[in-house]
Amino acid sequence: MVANRQIGCNVQKNSFLGLGVVIIILVILPFVLPNSFYLDLAIRMAINAIIVIGLNLLIGFAGQISLGHAGFLGIGAYASAVLPTHFGVHPLLAIGIGATVAAAIAGIIAKPIFKLKGNYLAMATLGLGIIIHITIRNEARWTGGPDGMAVPAFALGGFELSSDKQWYWVVAVLLSFCVWSSLNIINSPFGRALRALHGSEIAAQVVGVNVVRYKVSIFVLSAVFASIMGSMTAHYVGFVSPNIADFFQSIELVTMVVIGGMASVFGSLLGAVIITALPQALAAFEGWETIVIGSIFMLCMIFLPKGLVPTLAAKFGPGR
Amino acid sequence: MVISTFLQFLFSGITVGATYALAALGFTLIYNSSNVINFAQGEFIMLGGMLAAYFSQMGCALPIAFILAVLVPSLVGITLEKFAIEPAKNANTVSLIIITIGASLVIRGLIQVWLGKNMFSLAAFSSDLPIHILGATLLPQSLWILTLTAILVLALWYFFRHTLTGKAMLATSMNRTAAELIGINTNHILLLSFAMSAGLGAIGGIMVTPITMTSYDVGIMLGLKGFIGAVVGGLGNGLGAVLGGLLVGILEAMGAGYISSAYKDAIPFVLILLILFFLPRGLCGGKSSDRV
Repeated sequence: MVANRQIGCNVQKNSFLGLGVVIIILVILPFVLPNSFYLDLAIRMAINAIIVIGLNLLIGFAGQISLGHAGFLGIGAYASAVLPTHFGVHPLLAIGIGATVAAAIAGIIAKPIFKLKGNYLAMATLGLGIIIHITIRNEARWTGGPDGMAVPAFALGGFELSSDKQWYWVVAVLLSFCVWSSLNIINSPFGRALRALHGSEIAAQVVGVNVVRYKVSIFVLSAVFASIMGSMTAHYVGFVSPNIADFFQSIELVTMVVIGGMASVFGSLLGAVIITALPQALAAFEGWETIVIGSIFMLCMIFLPKGLVPTLAAKFGPGR
Repeated sequence: MVISTFLQFLFSGITVGATYALAALGFTLIYNSSNVINFAQGEFIMLGGMLAAYFSQMGCALPIAFILAVLVPSLVGITLEKFAIEPAKNANTVSLIIITIGASLVIRGLIQVWLGKNMFSLAAFSSDLPIHILGATLLPQSLWILTLTAILVLALWYFFRHTLTGKAMLATSMNRTAAELIGINTNHILLLSFAMSAGLGAIGGIMVTPITMTSYDVGIMLGLKGFIGAVVGGLGNGLGAVLGGLLVGILEAMGAGYISSAYKDAIPFVLILLILFFLPRGLCGGKSSDRV
């Protein structure tokens, strides 16, 4: 028991050491990046990292997959595009409305699904994501249909977020906050309950964990993360198209989680960085990108089924 | 008038539904023998249609083109099992799903590089002249599709009931360890199930191409709808998969006709949510489909 607590403390200390390293890298990065192309890439990596950390809470800790998470991205993105454009809603309020809608949909879907055992959430979210995508594509009156629509700039008071530098700092602060709060969630009683769920649901139930409620909360939380970051992406890029919500986008998010390592916050960071950089790195393979991306997915899962960070940690980390 | 439009929607629904049914059977075969949900199933449908169109354009006689278009996807299925699924045997469900999704990207990408992004078509198996029934028209190709699907389903039923290999496959799906203990080579069974399910998908793809045309990217939607058919019928249940696939096709056609053609593709996905909410074991699933 004492030894266990000792290990728990070490894990906690290591995690927060990791948080420090992340913050230091985030602070140094804009000064060493050679040009705005890399700054843009860094911003998109950070946005994806936040979504993936949220998704990893669901996949890694509650042991449930979502194959439709891009749908929540789409809800946030289009809330930020449609509401200010057509109804004059303040951008900040639009983000809130998007997140609330995403949370409500996630909650309504999750409640009956989580009463079942097995991977039914994967099927339900697959359906949900595609329905959201098709709706966005078809309601051209509001969303511009397949062509997409412009998104007004994000302005608060008289201040308008416009340059890449400003966006970088906003996203960097959000990411640091997200890593910090996820580490806190994981080390809280809530997080321990989640891990218990992943270990043995029946055992968790026996010691009094309300399994369904915990799973629903974590799913709703991850949907809110995705929706807010969908809004941020829309404002940052200044344009949205239905692609943001399509099935492939959902798959990419799950792949980021799994390649980085399930149940690892820092794994999610690494996974987001690698997969976001992939299309850039593959620009040389013109026409062959799909083949190379598919092969990378397969090879990673065959040779590193636990993901990068847990595999490396087991190899080089302390306490082998 | 009312009857004729209804019949018209029913005909087109059953025709497409037969393809979904074969895809759903493919999902079921692989799921039962390996517990893998094979997201590359749709690419086998695409491969069947594209290869048949390609070989017949190259001047092969239709029967030879068909045989090649079934054999090649089956080999692809075997390759997938041997080099991607088997080495990752101990991986969890999510990793296996991503492997099959990676495989589907590779297959789609290769076809896109090889045959381009154009639509391909294929001549109907017999005459193009529609048959008129109560004011609705039925293409002879639809009759081909229904007949061939029925024959395949019967052949599969015979295979599982009356052949040793079929029984070995059933035994493997019920309890893998026990099957190994009585001397069944479960690795061979696994290979066979991938080959069969790829072949079934390919046949579905070939049959439907004269009606719907095909291109390198049709696999995702067809595969997902086949998957929904399998879930609707109770994942793991063969007969259920066939009924589920047909039901998905019919509801889609009815929805497109009576509700909104723009939302046609959304209908199967609404169906899966309703099924999960109200009949989580599917229409025909009596037993628990949670395999530990």
